[in-house]
Amino acid sequence: MIKNISNLGDAALYCDFGTEVNKEINTKVIQYFKSIQQENIDGINNLTPSYNKLIISFDLRKKNFKTIKKLIENLEVINQDKLVSNKIKIPVCCDKKFALDIKRLEEKLKISRDKIYEKFFSKEFFCYMTGFIAGMPFLGDLDNELRAKRLETPRVKVPKGSVGLTEQFANVYTFESPGGWNIIGNTPRIIFDNSKESEPNLINPGDTIIFEQMTQDQYKDYNE
Amino acid sequence: MSKNYFEIKRAGINTTFQDQGRNNLYHIGIPFSGAMDNRNFQISNKLVGNDLNSPTIEFAYQGPLLKYFGDNINFAITGDVKFMVQKKNKVIEGKCYQSFTLENGDEIDIVTTNKSVYGYLAVSGQLDLNYQWSSCSINTKANIGANNGKKIEDGKKIYISKINKNLNDKKLNYINTKIENIRVIQGTNFDYFSDEGKNIFFEREFTVSKLTDRMGMRLEGPKIENIVDTNIKSEGLIKGVIQVPADGNPIIMLSDHGTIGGYPKIGVVISADYDKLVQLTPGSKIKFKKVELADAETLFKLYDLETQNLISQI
Repeated sequence: MIKNISNLGDAALYCDFGTEVNKEINTKVIQYFKSIQQENIDGINNLTPSYNKLIISFDLRKKNFKTIKKLIENLEVINQDKLVSNKIKIPVCCDKKFALDIKRLEEKLKISRDKIYEKFFSKEFFCYMTGFIAGMPFLGDLDNELRAKRLETPRVKVPKGSVGLTEQFANVYTFESPGGWNIIGNTPRIIFDNSKESEPNLINPGDTIIFEQMTQDQYKDYNE
Repeated sequence: MSKNYFEIKRAGINTTFQDQGRNNLYHIGIPFSGAMDNRNFQISNKLVGNDLNSPTIEFAYQGPLLKYFGDNINFAITGDVKFMVQKKNKVIEGKCYQSFTLENGDEIDIVTTNKSVYGYLAVSGQLDLNYQWSSCSINTKANIGANNGKKIEDGKKIYISKINKNLNDKKLNYINTKIENIRVIQGTNFDYFSDEGKNIFFEREFTVSKLTDRMGMRLEGPKIENIVDTNIKSEGLIKGVIQVPADGNPIIMLSDHGTIGGYPKIGVVISADYDKLVQLTPGSKIKFKKVELADAETLFKLYDLETQNLISQI
């Protein structure tokens, strides 16, 4: 299933599953990621699954490229049907104080904001990966009509909870951070909680996400 | 509360608590962190009789000014650092790589690092810190680790929960050497760059820019031309990866790097050169030298043996 394994530097394996971004390839990445995680292999430090790659970094004092490569090639991979996938609802308030880039999107996409929201909220999203900043989920796929580029000049500070769109993906800023995604609303739901060490992420690769529109009053009174 | 503590009279520019870092969290977006210069970090701990991976105080450029209250304790500083120890009636000029004894009321003034970036202060005891994911390492980007993931601030206190009673003097003869040649393995997107770009990367000199911190080191110099695509689909990063964004200036990922990125990777710094790389100050010149994987593995073995040797001499 892995098309090619090469080395990324001297302490990581670069597993290439293809060049496209789709659910099928990404599911294979997640299968490998979870299978390796289960094995608890001594010397493996970190696994980074993404759309179509998996990076395995290891402690060069304990293992090397050859030994890890062999382990991965002989790995028994969990069956796709056995992958755990949660369905998670994320409430989003689209009041204009939160929807920082809705006007820009109307102009770039040449459709009304009502149409943008209608399409966005009627979609079921798939979580391809989490990361860049802690817990940030990369969710796909947006309808073709909603695909826009990043801001030409990224914001220095995107508020925590911001829901953004870029190209075929949606995401949520898990805390205040610089960023260039088109912001269309804000969620009060906590997506990353670093006090929960065993499960800090609400959303994990493979999960299904549904965004639900909420009013300003509901946002204010929101309680998990 | 423990009765032994430091009062932070001046925090310094970028002072954090660091240990060996945290594993197995890249997939949720949390980097490794940990001491930038692992060799100097471990040596500082050995000089005060601690476990090698105990938490230390890492500082960059100007370090902290600390006043100590409590029972006698040893401390040691590693790196290339100018510091003073203020005793009741005298000032002692500090020396790196040797232990000093602190008495109640003494002060440590870490004035500056000399032509290097990071230094380590270890004390013979256990710093009383919060751990997250088995590490106290402060990651200021995600606010993870001790001190709520924030840099050390003026006026606060650092408590020491357990003091080693064994206050033997310890010393190591060691001088940090600088390197100008950073050895790299070709990156997974090496072919994204023009032949001229590849030549520039391996033959010309780059300058470390001021936009350098625990997350990354930005370089300036001749531009490296990309002929395929200036973006890739975001994928995982590791420390030492050299990405080249559209502007043609390389960025090297360091210990607090973002876990995924979308710029083509032209190379990866070998593990053996990482500790020395992070010590290069803005304005330093560097050149990249290409090595193969097998050589990089051998070079790391040698580097690691040398570190273990140094530690065993203490």
